[in-house]
Amino acid sequence: MSERSTTTRLLDRWLAGHSTLVFLFFYAPLVVLVVFSFNDSRFVNRWEGFTFDWYRAIPQDAALMNAVKNSLIIALVSTIVSTVLGTMAALALERYRRWLGKRTFDALLYLPVIIPDVTMAVMLLIFFTQLNQSLGITTIILSHIAFNISFVAIVVRARLANLDPLLEEAAADLYAGRWQAFRRVTLPLILPGVLGGALLALTLSLDDVVITSFVQGPGSTPLAVEVFARIKRGVTPIINAISTLMLVASMMLVLGSLVIQRRQSGSTVGG
Amino acid sequence: MVDRRAAVALTAVTKRFGEVVAVDSVDLEIRDGEFFSLLGPSGCGKTTTLRMIAGLEVPTEGSVSIFGEEMGLLPPNRRPVNTVFQNYALFPHMSVAENVAFGLKMKRVAAGEIGERVAGAIDLVQLTGMDDRRPSQLSGGQQQRVALARALVNRPKVLLLDEPLGALDLKLRQAMQLELKDLQERVGITFIYVTHDQEEALTMSDRIGVMNEGRLLQIGGPEHIYEQPANRFVAEFIGETNFIDGVVSAEGEVALADGSVVRAHTRSGVGSKVTLTLRPEKIHLHPDGAPIEEPNRLRGVVKRRMYYGDSLYYEIDLGVAVIDARQENAPGVQRFEAGERVIATFDPGASEALTE
Amino acid sequence: MRRAAAPDAPVTAELEHAAERAARWRGFRLALPSFAYLIVLFAIPLILVGVYSFASRSRTGAPELSDWNLDSVSKLVDSTVLAIAWRSTWLALLTTVVCLLVAYPFAYYIATRSPRIRNLLLVFVMIPFWSNFLVRTYAWKVLLGADGLFTKVGEALGIWGQLLFTLPAVLIGLVYGFLPFMVLPLYAAIERLDWSLVEAARDLYASGWKAFRKVTLPLSRPGIIAGSILVFIPALGAYVTPDILGGAKTVLLGNHIVNQFLAARNWPLGSAVSMAIMIVMLFATVLYFRTQARTL
Repeated sequence: MSERSTTTRLLDRWLAGHSTLVFLFFYAPLVVLVVFSFNDSRFVNRWEGFTFDWYRAIPQDAALMNAVKNSLIIALVSTIVSTVLGTMAALALERYRRWLGKRTFDALLYLPVIIPDVTMAVMLLIFFTQLNQSLGITTIILSHIAFNISFVAIVVRARLANLDPLLEEAAADLYAGRWQAFRRVTLPLILPGVLGGALLALTLSLDDVVITSFVQGPGSTPLAVEVFARIKRGVTPIINAISTLMLVASMMLVLGSLVIQRRQSGSTVGG
Repeated sequence: MVDRRAAVALTAVTKRFGEVVAVDSVDLEIRDGEFFSLLGPSGCGKTTTLRMIAGLEVPTEGSVSIFGEEMGLLPPNRRPVNTVFQNYALFPHMSVAENVAFGLKMKRVAAGEIGERVAGAIDLVQLTGMDDRRPSQLSGGQQQRVALARALVNRPKVLLLDEPLGALDLKLRQAMQLELKDLQERVGITFIYVTHDQEEALTMSDRIGVMNEGRLLQIGGPEHIYEQPANRFVAEFIGETNFIDGVVSAEGEVALADGSVVRAHTRSGVGSKVTLTLRPEKIHLHPDGAPIEEPNRLRGVVKRRMYYGDSLYYEIDLGVAVIDARQENAPGVQRFEAGERVIATFDPGASEALTE
Repeated sequence: MRRAAAPDAPVTAELEHAAERAARWRGFRLALPSFAYLIVLFAIPLILVGVYSFASRSRTGAPELSDWNLDSVSKLVDSTVLAIAWRSTWLALLTTVVCLLVAYPFAYYIATRSPRIRNLLLVFVMIPFWSNFLVRTYAWKVLLGADGLFTKVGEALGIWGQLLFTLPAVLIGLVYGFLPFMVLPLYAAIERLDWSLVEAARDLYASGWKAFRKVTLPLSRPGIIAGSILVFIPALGAYVTPDILGGAKTVLLGNHIVNQFLAARNWPLGSAVSMAIMIVMLFATVLYFRTQARTL
């Protein structure tokens, strides 16, 4: 019984029960999914024995492997570019009081976050078509960067806002030029934010379905869209297997981000 | 016109932030090797002035020169000064030694020399052995010393300190004040110290510059500022003062509202309206009716008596004004009760007739 | 103008302005790459969508820019589109309310545990949050199918049958997908509460429920609003979940737009609907920020 709340024991127990149910609600479907990926049967609902067959089938599925390759390329390139651009944008907004178009830029930066997927998908498709640009990996990468810049900027800005500006002044007072002050003082201290933003960009890129399906071309289908197409066609255990692997990958990303946070929490951001 | 031996010279330095005038045409010369304090209430412009010397702020107008060299728009990393910031601004991701070494690394000093000088600086501030600690592991007082070492290790020509003791508790602050003063005398460089604490300024400085609302009101040694305040603000801000209105009746003489005449240090012409300053400890109290030879005699009634342990404060109604008088709690010094009639005397040199 | 090249002379107002201008230029330069990128790959496409909304449809479905009309825009208010919009709005609202009712006690419970347990529980909330949306939706497709476990449980209880390809399925999928978006802001708001206020309320009102209603609930309002916006807006424009769990029979706004581009080949109409949905969301978001500013 926590001292923070003022609930009665009965209420507390009710809350605990409710929360357990919610956790079950969260995890039960995923557990079922994972369990049946080992099912020795074409059907996903009747257990008929344990097998690794479905996992073994994955590397032999050419379309799937191609999709994985595409996803990795797209995610890597778009993450790197949007992290650099997003960090620069955050620095410009937080460290410089006034410049041409600052307010416009600030508003523009929020739009990709607010706008619904479908609208953005439509926008970009129309744009590329109008330019007669053939759709493929390049257009996907360009589209992912378009929305990821904002997400990275938001995360890095939050971190920058907590950084004592006097630290950079102290660096200048101690003979550091602008670039040196950035490299030795600012960058190390915002690094958790930058990495957090990069991680977010990576996840959003890997997860994206709608925008990607609009701007993709033949052969450039990434994993998420490929899995989406297969799901629509029907329910098969191989999808369970792929899904399980994707779940494991997400969990590793979450744990990875926790580790980064834990390591960086040793250094505070203020004076 | 500018004395070339001046460590720092400010000529007509002004800083405007939009409509607000933060620093209003300040002229100042700080001598080499002196401990100079900029004193004033918050918002008076003292920190902005300091930052303009450091190069962290660009003046709107005027000239800042250091040892005869005009600074102009020179950025802070090219100036021969270092700053100790109010909240220390220690780099949280670096150890104490790395913090102290930072400036030397930026100036590309040889690695061996860096090691030596850093060790020396850390010893100087008595933090030997703390080289590898992080700032978050240090107490406020220790962080302050790291900030000092980090600045001094670069052997700057001038050290700027922005209210460095503000975050410390009283006892620690008093101890640090003595240490800083000691340090300055040992190292021998010019210290420019910004503070709002007048006691701090009085005890530590060779000279003080009092500022208010962006303007420099008076410069002088602690005694001079205390004994001969130039105007009402300085008189009120430093120590405690009584004020009595009057009119100059002759040079060195001021007539009070009830017709009595006192002798004081006048600076203006006959007929001008003035306010007399009188510090509580400069007043001598005698029982009513006692024979007194001194020229300044004011009769009044004790309204209240307050016991402070080492002294007693009397609130005395003189008719023309109510003043506070301080008497030592010492054997031989007469005590008075509330309601008693007394005569207050003071030395003419202890009172200034101010016009503003 | 580089500061280092400044003349060795006293500063004047012009020089100060020059220094300020140099600083402003540096800020602009830093933002320029992302600024330019967003103008080219976001602002311009956005304008294009607006333009296309007024174009007419050629035989291939691509827009005929030479022939302007209000056809598509007028279709926005015809019965089909309105019906779809109504259905989508209703569903999004329902999703939001369900999420709120489920998430509030949950977030309250977590927020009132000790710090260590709190962090542990949060990690367990984050894991599904970070895992792939598709995977989570697929998991329900499996459960809701003819042979799905969920269906079997429902049949055994005699309450429900196969829910796949119906609106309730989409609702379940949306709630499942967006619940973490409601939990996190609620948790943040409740965790920040000043509990001494709640105790004072208990002291005054005697009844725990009244104290909750009059103190805790209003104080957690920013979290409620934030969570509601974070759920309602994406739910309104949802495409993947309705597509997978609702099938072709369930047409919501997101699906309708996609259909215009992939199936029906009516780009101007698709553009018009996309614009409309975006304007509505922008409006809702601005409203949110205005209320935030006032409640603070």
